[in-house]
This record gives sequence, C-alpha cells and structure tokens, in this order.
Amino acid sequence: MGSETGAINDKAPAIKMVGVHKWFGQFHVLKDINLEVEPAERIVICGPSGSGKSTLIRCINRLETHQQGQIFVEGVELTEDVKRIHTIRREVGMVFQHFNLFPHLTALENCTLALTRVRKMPKAEADKIGMEYLEMVRIPEQAQKYPGQLSGGQQQRVAIARALAMKPHIMLFDEPTSALDPEMIAEVLDVMVDLAESGMTMLVVTHEMGFAKQVANRMVFMDGGEIIEQAPPSEFFENPKNERTKLFLSQILNH
Amino acid sequence: MSGAPSTITAKEASGLAARLRDPRVRGAVFQALVALGFVALVLFIANNTAANLAALGVSTGFDFLNQPAGFDISFSLISFEPTDTHMRVFTVGMINTLFVAALGIPAAMVLGLAMGILRLSPNWLVKRLVGIYIEIVRNVPLLLQIFFWQAVIWTLPPVRDSIALGNAVFLNKRALYLPKPAFEDGAGLVLLVAIVAIGLAFLAARWRRGRRAETGRAPYPWLVPALLMGLPLVAILAMGVPWTWEIPEAGRFNFSGGLQVPDTLVALWLGLVVYTAAFIAEIVRAGIQSVSKGQREAALASGLTQGQTMNLIILPQAVRVIVPPTTSQFLNLTKNSSLAVFIGYPDIVAVFAGTSLNQTGQAIEIIALSMLFYLVVSLSISLLMNWYNRATALVER
Amino acid sequence: MSDVQTYAPGTHPDLPPPPNEVGVLAWLRQNLFSNWVNAGLTLASLALIIVIVPPLLSWFVFDAVFSGENRQACEGAGGACWAVVTARWNQFFYGLYPSDQTWRLNVVFVGLLLAVTPWLAPQAPFRRALVWFSLAYPFLAYWLLAGGLSLEPVHTGAWGGFTLTLVIGVTGIAASLPLGILLALGRQSSLPVVSMLCVAFIETVRGVPLIMFLFMASNMLNLFLPQGVQFDLLLRALIAVTLFSSAYMAEVVRGGLQAISSGQYEAAQAMGLTYWQSMRHIILPQALRTVIPGIVNNFIALFKDTSLVAIIGLFDLLNMAKAIVTDADWQGLSIEVYVFAGIVYWIVCFSMSRYSLWLEGSLDAENKDAA
Repeated sequence: MGSETGAINDKAPAIKMVGVHKWFGQFHVLKDINLEVEPAERIVICGPSGSGKSTLIRCINRLETHQQGQIFVEGVELTEDVKRIHTIRREVGMVFQHFNLFPHLTALENCTLALTRVRKMPKAEADKIGMEYLEMVRIPEQAQKYPGQLSGGQQQRVAIARALAMKPHIMLFDEPTSALDPEMIAEVLDVMVDLAESGMTMLVVTHEMGFAKQVANRMVFMDGGEIIEQAPPSEFFENPKNERTKLFLSQILNH
Repeated sequence: MSGAPSTITAKEASGLAARLRDPRVRGAVFQALVALGFVALVLFIANNTAANLAALGVSTGFDFLNQPAGFDISFSLISFEPTDTHMRVFTVGMINTLFVAALGIPAAMVLGLAMGILRLSPNWLVKRLVGIYIEIVRNVPLLLQIFFWQAVIWTLPPVRDSIALGNAVFLNKRALYLPKPAFEDGAGLVLLVAIVAIGLAFLAARWRRGRRAETGRAPYPWLVPALLMGLPLVAILAMGVPWTWEIPEAGRFNFSGGLQVPDTLVALWLGLVVYTAAFIAEIVRAGIQSVSKGQREAALASGLTQGQTMNLIILPQAVRVIVPPTTSQFLNLTKNSSLAVFIGYPDIVAVFAGTSLNQTGQAIEIIALSMLFYLVVSLSISLLMNWYNRATALVER
Repeated sequence: MSDVQTYAPGTHPDLPPPPNEVGVLAWLRQNLFSNWVNAGLTLASLALIIVIVPPLLSWFVFDAVFSGENRQACEGAGGACWAVVTARWNQFFYGLYPSDQTWRLNVVFVGLLLAVTPWLAPQAPFRRALVWFSLAYPFLAYWLLAGGLSLEPVHTGAWGGFTLTLVIGVTGIAASLPLGILLALGRQSSLPVVSMLCVAFIETVRGVPLIMFLFMASNMLNLFLPQGVQFDLLLRALIAVTLFSSAYMAEVVRGGLQAISSGQYEAAQAMGLTYWQSMRHIILPQALRTVIPGIVNNFIALFKDTSLVAIIGLFDLLNMAKAIVTDADWQGLSIEVYVFAGIVYWIVCFSMSRYSLWLEGSLDAENKDAA
C-alpha cells in the first residue's frame, strides 16, 4: 500500500490513517485511529473538547508527529524525511482556529508569500492568483490592509484564501469559527460551503452542526482519543448507534 | 475641604470655596503652587551656592577650559600632552568613552544574540549552560565583574614572560599588544574599491529582488558575497598588498611599536561585553518567544521551510520587539563605561569629572559639561529609536 | 499490523507510550541528540564542562585552603586561598564597626528579615503586628546602627562591608518606590507644569550614569545647602542613589498605569472618588501588580549599583573587598576576594529575582481563578 517513492499519486486515497497512536508524554491522545478519506470527500469531525480531534488533523500535515501506525497523504507516507513533509504540506492547506495571519504582511502578501517562496512564482502572477482567491472569499477590497485592520471574520476568510492560493488538494479546518463572534460565523461558513461545492477534499473540525448537515459526506465522532462512530450525516444525526454519540448530540443540539 | 462632603452649607456653596471645587481652578492653583515651589527651590540653591563659592573663593565660569591641564593621560586616540588644555582633556575623555562603547556594542550584540538563540535551542544541556551564564552575570554587580577581569589579567605573566601568539600578538599583565597596520600608497585605492563594492552589492541585491518578483527565482545567489569579498580582494592583490604590519617588539622593560591595548581597556571591555550580552540574550529570547506558536505553524503548514519560516515570519516580528530594549542596553553599556574611573581607563568621568575637577575645583561647570555629553548621546539615540518605532509599528485598527 | 488487539469503539484503554518514546534513552535522544547539529552542540557542551568544571572544583574546594593567619598559610596549595575570607569575615560583613558592638548589627539583620516578612508573604501569621514592627523598624535600625540613647555612638564612617551595602540598598529601595510612584503619576498628570517637571527630571536622570550623581553628591550637594549645613557622606550617597533609582522606578510604574484600561479610570470617576482616592484604591493596586517583575528588576539593579558608592569613599562590601585585596597580609588574592563578594551579591540578587518569578506565577494563577 502506498508508494515508497514519495511521489504524489492523486488516484490513491486522499488520506489514509492506519492504526495511528499518539502520546503527549504519558498521556494517550490518539488511540488506534483508522480513517480513509477519498478524494473530494468532505468529512466533519466532532466530539467533546480534549477528544483528540485537533491533534488528529494536525498529524496529517505533521504539525504533530504520531508515534505508532502509518499516515499516507495521496499515497505518500509521512516519515521523518523533511523533503516528503514539504511535498505533503504543499498539497495540504490548513485553516486555524486563531487565523494565524502574518501581522507584518498585507492580506494579499499573506496569500502570495508561499506562492513566491515555495512555488517560486513571479510576483505578478502570484498577485493575480492571490486576488482571485481574495475575490472568492469576497474581500478583494481588503487586499492592501494589514490583519490588524480586519475583523475576525475577514481575517479568517483571508486565512482561507491564503491556504487555497497554494491550490492544495486537501484542506484541513481546525475549528475555524470557534474564535469568531456569532455574526461573523456565517460569512466564514458561506465561504466554506462554496468550497465544498467546488469539489475540494475537506476535513473540518467544528461544532457547527448546521454546516455539517449541509456539506458533510461523512461525520466522524471522536471521544477519549478514539473514533467512536463514523456515518453519513443523515444516519449520524437521526440514528446514532453509540451511547456516547447520543449523549454528545443531545448536549450539543439541545441548548 | 475633604472633611464632610455630604453636607454642603450655603456659605460653602458660594464664593471662593465653590470655585476651588471646580477641577480646572484647582488644577491651575495647584500648578501655580508647584511652579512657585520649584522656582523657590532653584533660587534657594543658587543663592546658597553663590554664597558657598564666595566663601571658598572659587570663581565660576568656563575660563578654566583654556588653561593647561598639567597632567598626562595614559591612553588617547588623539595626541595629548600635559601642556594641552582642559578642553583637550574633555575631548580625549569623550573620545575614549565613545571608543570603548564602539568596541563594546558590536561585541555585546553578537555575544548576546548567540546566547539568546542558544537559550532557545532544543538542546537541554546548551540551554542550561547558557542559563547558568545569564543568571550568574545578571546578579552580580558589573563593577565587581570588571575588578574580577582585571584580577584575572593580573594573573597573566609579567612583561618579560609575555604570552606570544605567533610572534605577533603578545599578552601580559600590563597590556595586549597587536600588530598595527602601516598603510602604504595604494591603500586608499583599496578602501575606495571596498566602498564601491558595498555599493555594487546593494545594487545587485536589489536587482536580484527585482528578478525574483518578475520570474519567481533570484539568480546567482553567489553574486552579493562575491562582490563584497571578491572585489576588495582583487584590489588588494592588484596593489601588491599595500600595507605592512608593524609587529610589537619586546624591549628590556616594555614592548615598543604595534598597537597597545592597556589592561584597563581589556578589563573594562570584557566586563561591559559579558554583562550587557547577558541582558541582550534575555531580550532576544523574549523577542523570539513573543511570536506566537501559531505563526510558526501557519508558515510551516503553507509549505515554507524551517529557514524561510525563521527569516520571513519569525524574525521580522521578533526584531520589532527586540530592537527598542536592545538599544537601551547599548545606552546602558555606554553609561556603564563610566565605571572606567574605578580601574583607571581614562574615560570622560575619569579624566574630566575626576582629574580635571580635582585640579581646578570647578565642580559645577565640569559636572554640567559631562552630564551634557551623556544627555546628548542618550537623547540622540532616543530620537533615533522613536523614529524606528514609528516606522516599524504594526498597523492596527 | 497483524497481531494488534482490537477493541470495540469507546473501550480502548490508555496504554503506556512505546518504550522507545519514554525513559532515559528517549529523553537523551529527544533533548540532546535529536539531530546532527544538536548532537554536535551536546558534545561541545560536554567538552566545555570537562575542561572547565574539574579544575574549577579543585580550585574552589579540593585544593583550597580554608583557614590561616595570612597568605603564607596558602603557600604551595594549588587551589583558592579562602583563608582570607575566614580571617576577614568580620570586615566583609561589619566593616570597621567596633568589634564589641557587632551584636547590634546582627539584631539589625534579624529585624530586617522580620520587617520584610509581612510585605513578601501576605499570608504570614501575626501580619498586623509585623506591619507595625516594619513601620517602626527604620527608627529602630537607625538607633542600633548609630547608637545614642544608652548605646555607644558609632559614626557612619565606621559603617561598612555588607552592612553598609544593605543599609544603602534597603533605604534606596524603600524610598525610591514611593518617589517613583509620585513621579509616574506626575508624568501622567493632565497638569502641564507638573508633567513637564517630572519628564525633565526622569529623562535627565536616565540619560546620565549613576556615577555622575555620586560625583554631584560628593562635590556639589553641600554647595547647595545654606552655609554651615553639611550633609553626612552616607546621607549624600543615599540621596543620590534614591533619586537615581526613582526615575527608573517611575518609568516602570508608568508602564503599569498605561496598561490599565480607561474604563477603570472612568468607573472610579463615576463612583465620585477624588483623584487621590481613585489612585489609591483603584488604579495603583492594579498598576503596581502588573509591573512587579519590573519593580523587582529595579530593586536588583539598585542593589548592584550600591557598589558604586566606593567612588565617594564609602566602604561598602565591594570597596571593603578591594581594601582587603591591598592588605599586605593577603596580597595577590584578589580573585578569591572578588569571587566571595560576588557570591554574596549573587545570593541576594538571585533570591530577589526568584521571589519575583514566584510572585508573578502566583499572581497569574490568581488572575486565572478570577477570570
């Protein structure tokens, strides 16, 4: 399974995790994670805080290292090999809870930095692509502003444009709306729905169940470092099988 | 007035009392009182000083600056004879202070930067060792450290058993002797070529940036270093190495020729550098740590390498935090060089506020002039700093 | 991945991490040999330790001489001659104070520890009594140090060594903080005359080295006073050190004042508090809390700076050490003497910095609880 050559193979499953375990010191955060994601699949991961959801997706672009098991991204296994990690990171975009925009660069420069420095693209071409994606997230007029001048929702949309500008095959979203004021959540979710409709492979950690029902192909419920249940949204919300899933859903839907 | 604020009688509500309760009136009255008190204090001091000086028979004024000093100065970058004036002493003192600062600041910066980065190393042992250095040096008075370095220098062999490094550099308890370059014809040309090379390197760097913007790739990465190092080297060789080294020569009692760095300067310099670098190291560490972990993660996640992440994301943000307090450390180093007076390095405090003051008794004039010198230095650096802060401030809403 | 046991969803137990991820070897690998650069640094550090530590230890302890009448006691020994420290112990700590009166200094030391307790550890028992004691302590300490009222008078010229360092340090610290607070409030004041005077004072002092102020104190201060009035040398040094430090203290406090949101000022005004009431009860307690680390750093700097009073002829710990170095009986032992003095300074300053770290930590914890 999976090429050992380190070359991207877009016929392979987008992501494949086999028996992945991770520990923080003595603490067992990820327990025997097995997950396969097909290209263009949209997965929403939910679960109580501390259940390992963020750690799981952060393992995929190796912001965290796993200690047992295997992770393949488009057929390439994640190892200590720095070159391979870079190949994979170019194909995987990520959006963070706290945006993590670079405060010393304008919105446009945030989007073009990796294009010019990683893809070695001429500035004019990079600017064109950057503007395209700022238009897609509906804030082209903010291109020359600095992150400190933007609202939270605008910052998160720039962050999405920044990740998309690299034309990744896979997008990871780590609680993209949980640091936002309620009135700004919708503008970010709208952009994410657009993206889902374009056929992007997406892994989204979120508590926005409305969004999940609308776009997810599959729901993944995690608790205590394990994947407890995986199911299409209709089944997951209407007819959860596991007791813990039921409890979680009742807590999150009934307030 | 503050006794019982709850009940206000009719009498209090009108007239002076009521007006005094108006904050603006109160402010004006208070300010007038402060100003009056300040003026009174100044007059009181001026009056006392005049009376005291008259009783002591000291005349005031700056005429003494033109009188011959009558003493020699052990180390000076410009020529100095005992027949020179106190004005000349003032100049020599200023130059010597600025000289030790100029030698100390780059060294402290380099050492502090290295220590600050090592302090953040993932290597446990290195981190600990640097931590020990910082905690020792920061918690012991600088003056004591300077004495300590001088004591260490005094354990070096005496002049006739000097430690020799390759028969060109000599070290003994009195001084450090270095070869001194003696320039010949053509040295000026080499200097000129070096200056031109720096200019060309700037242009080349700009051209490479332009190419990267146009094509995405900056060509000829060796170009800038080649210009900087190569051109001067070619010029030196073409002129047939236009200088000779004047090697210090051992005499009966002392060395002659070469560059003599007195033990006092070495001890002062070592003390200032080692002490200031510990503070700079902490500033550098705090500056790099002030950039949030998320910045690094976002940069790596978008495919930048570790090196690019450091150069393009972490450092530009850290530098804004690091520069202002580091500048004030440079200022501290300059002010702390006044400890020279304790070990006999002739800085402005030692020769002017010390020897000249003792000889002339013109305490007020001399202390005022010396303070003015330090104030000019700090004010110019503060102004530069304010300008830098404004220029690099992050744009916020 | 064949013989891995599988569990039903939700029943996977917490397992210990694989053996190569924990334990001494894993720690060594992760912290010392994670890559080639790291391994190189580790080896270089080890080499440095091997070169420096054993000779240093033998100089410090194993080959050192700890007692003797004069430096002949150390002839032939390869290590440090600590005999100078043991023989001159009293001078290091008491200066030239009459030797039959040093018990008074010991009482002053113990009293100091009691007097600072209620401020350093607010939970200490008998806090009320200790606060009253610490308010009375300066007078008590002065009486014990200087004598009079049935104690044998000792002139300040005889005060010296660590005692003098403590006197200057503690007085400077105690006096410069309130003065610094006043200056900071003055600088922030809306009254232009007040703020201008404060800015001028603060910036002048911060631009000039302490030594200049000590020179001023020794050469000029008595010229400023009416004829016939002379300040004692120690008093002049105290004035210089305190005024100098207060300017730096003012800048730290200003930082704290600026960190307080304007809402706090407005709330205080809305409650009808006067300027001084709102400062005393609302603003300053919060402002000072946030800048405790800066204040303690200034305390440490001030304590180290006391060593500069040697320039005007006071015999503090460092100047005493310098005098001992030039003593004919102990010539050539400057390194030992300075190292010992350094250790004394280090203990005081390092304790202060650790205390500030601890306090910062506990304040952070309190803030988290409150949030």
